[in-house]
Parts: sequence; C-alpha cells; structure tokens
Amino acid sequence: MHFRSCGVPNAPDTSPLTVLARLSLKTSRDVVAARQTVAREMKARGTSTIRVTRFATAVSEIARNAIVHGDGGEISICIDARKEYLLVECRDRGRGIGDVEQAMIEGFTTAGGLGRGLGGARRLSHGFEIVTAPGEGTLVRMSAKL
Amino acid sequence: MPHSSTVNILHILETDFSMIVEEWLGTQVHEGVKRSDLFSDAESRAQNAELLKSFAKGVRNAAVDGDFDLEDAAWEDLRAVLADVTKERVKRGVTPTEMATFVLALKAPLFGRLEARLNDDPASLIREVLLVTRLVDAFAIYTNEVFIAEREQVIERQREEMLELSTPVVELWDRVLTLPLIGTLDSARAQEVMENLLQTILERQAEVVIVDITGVSTVDTQVAQHLLRAAAAVRLMGAECIISGISPMIAQTMVQLGIDVGTVSTRSSIRTALADALKTVGYSIQKNRDS
Repeated sequence: MHFRSCGVPNAPDTSPLTVLARLSLKTSRDVVAARQTVAREMKARGTSTIRVTRFATAVSEIARNAIVHGDGGEISICIDARKEYLLVECRDRGRGIGDVEQAMIEGFTTAGGLGRGLGGARRLSHGFEIVTAPGEGTLVRMSAKL
Repeated sequence: MPHSSTVNILHILETDFSMIVEEWLGTQVHEGVKRSDLFSDAESRAQNAELLKSFAKGVRNAAVDGDFDLEDAAWEDLRAVLADVTKERVKRGVTPTEMATFVLALKAPLFGRLEARLNDDPASLIREVLLVTRLVDAFAIYTNEVFIAEREQVIERQREEMLELSTPVVELWDRVLTLPLIGTLDSARAQEVMENLLQTILERQAEVVIVDITGVSTVDTQVAQHLLRAAAAVRLMGAECIISGISPMIAQTMVQLGIDVGTVSTRSSIRTALADALKTVGYSIQKNRDS
C-alpha cells in the first residue's frame, strides 16, 4: 500500500488521547454538528474566540470534504493528556486523493468549489496531516492549541 | 391456520377476551401507566380492546415460532392500531417508558391464565410463556420506534419551518433591502435565500441589498461561495450588494482560506452598510437637533 502524507507533525507528543466525541458524517447537518462540537469543546476550555472560529472553520472544511468527495465518513474529536491540544481525526471511505500537493494548490477543484478548503484548513490548524491513497479513502488529522 | 404452539394462548384470548382487557387495565393502573388524567376509562378500555383484538388476530394468522417477524403481513392490523394508540398517547404527554410499560402490562393477565390452564404441563407452560414474552416485548419495542419516528417527523418539520422563517428579505428604505442571515448557510438554504432575494429585488425595484452575516458563526469556503454567488446574481439584476457584519474573526479566517471577495463591498457592521446604502439611493442620515 502506498500512502502519501504531507503537512507538519500533528500531535506534540505521543501521550494517550481522550475521545470527547465521535460523529458520523453523512449530510451537511453533520458538518454543522461537527464544527459546533469542536467550538463547544474549545470554548468550554477557555480558548479564545479567534482560535475557536479558526479551528471550527478548518473542521467544517474537512468534514464537508469527507461528505462531498468521500461519500461520508466519521470524525473523532479528542484531547491530549495534558489538555493542551484538541485533535480531530476525520476519515472517509471515498476514492482518496491522487496528488495531495496538487489538491493543496489554491484554486484546484474537482467538484466546482472554490478549491481553497484543503490549503485553508491547513493554515487554520496548528497541526495538519493527510494520509491518503487512490481508492483508500482519506484520513485527515488536525489539531489546535487550547 | 393456528399453530399447535399457540392453541392455548389463542383459546385464552378467545374465551376470556373481555376479562383480559379488564385485567390488563388493572395492571396498567397498578403500574401507574393508565394515565386516567389523560384518558377516560372508556377511552382506555376501547384502546386496550382494540389492541387485544388485533393481537389475537395476529396470533391466529402469523408464524410465531422460529420465524416470528413483526413486519409480517399478519401483524399489519396490530402494527397499525399500536401506531395509532402510541401516537395518540404520546400526543397527550405519555412518555415512551410509560407507553412500553402499558403494553408490557398485558403479560400479567396472559401468564396467569396460561398457568391455570397448563398447570400439569410445565414444559408447555414455559414454552408458551416464552412465546408470549417474545411477542409482547416486540410490541413494546415497536411503540418506542413509533415514538422516535414521530419525534423525528416533528424535528424535520421544525427544521423546514425554520428554513423558511430564517430567510426574510426586509425593505429598510425605498430601494434598499436587507437580508439578515442567521445560523448556517448550507446549499439548500443558500438556494432558498437566493430565490427569495432575487424575487424581492424585482418586486421592490431595489438598488442596494445588504446581506448581513452577523448571525453566521462560521464562514467556510462553501458559505463564502454561496455568498459570493448571491452577490454576483444581485449585481446581474442591476443592484449593488453589500455584505455586512464581518467580524474580526470571520475576516481572519476568510483571509486564511484565501477567499477573494473581488469587487463585492463588505462592511463590518450593518450600521455603516446602511449609511452607504442610503447614500447610494440619494438619502443621508442627519442629526435633527442637539440632545
């Protein structure tokens, strides 16, 4: 199996994670639920509004991608043992991304969107990582400082 | 064609029908689920009798052994009556637990009679008790499904109502419209908003439209795309579009996402947007006197 990955290292350490929520992604309502859960968990831990808005937007992009390109999937929202980072893992069962570098380019789109979601989500997250291969689905890991 | 395993239970249901209805009512009273506050005695009795009648009919016609299946056509009557009774009771404020207990209360009168009838045949007694348990449990669970389906319908209906409610186009002044967006802007809603907006522009001969996104908490690329498309359509109709209510947070995320608003005017508040709009249509806001 040939995986391609890109982005900066995600988890600051390998400490055990606590799962806060796990949601399935099927419709755009699930996208709303995912980003609201992320925003709620961050706010509950006193994260600044700007960080919350940034990360909720990033999660919204990735969750929507899973539905539009990946035929739906699942999203897990976790927190590290030291409660410093919120980590989100979004997995879909779609056809995967053939060329991650290309998909990251501004304006590159296969579904008529703006083509800025993936690169934008990376910029809006602290850590960001994609594991994908054609036909293997896509796994996006992203994190935000609390 | 009755099955051998249901002969006893069928006999009980046929010969002792009205007594079972009464005892069932009694157990419901005992369990505190009859809800005399919500239903008259006559109503409760009628509901129980109808349920028991369809139950007996199902037992007579359906396969109740290995391949018992509530979806079977033989249970159609019972499913329908059960759904009606559940909906009626839920409408009047009965909880799902009460509804399930209401159905499960049927076991007591049936078990008592089976015991009396099969006193010297413990093996058959256990078999029939198990059988009745399985049937009655399945119906109790079914009431829960009906309950959930009913709730989901309510939620779906409310969602649709909200969809319509939340896209009002308001005339602020002569030829100035505003569209206050609240919540999320998914594709279905964006479509609704757009149609509504363009129609109103035509009707009111609007020249300026203020799309206010103060109440939109997240602007991701999809929402941005919908907004920009709406702005483009407004412009095609000869009106000017101002997007207002862009908070510092939204501004930052939009920059990070690399969203280019192009020539669409944006304002941080609806207040400044209104001042601009009035200027465009030839009015100005003036202070009347010092106060």
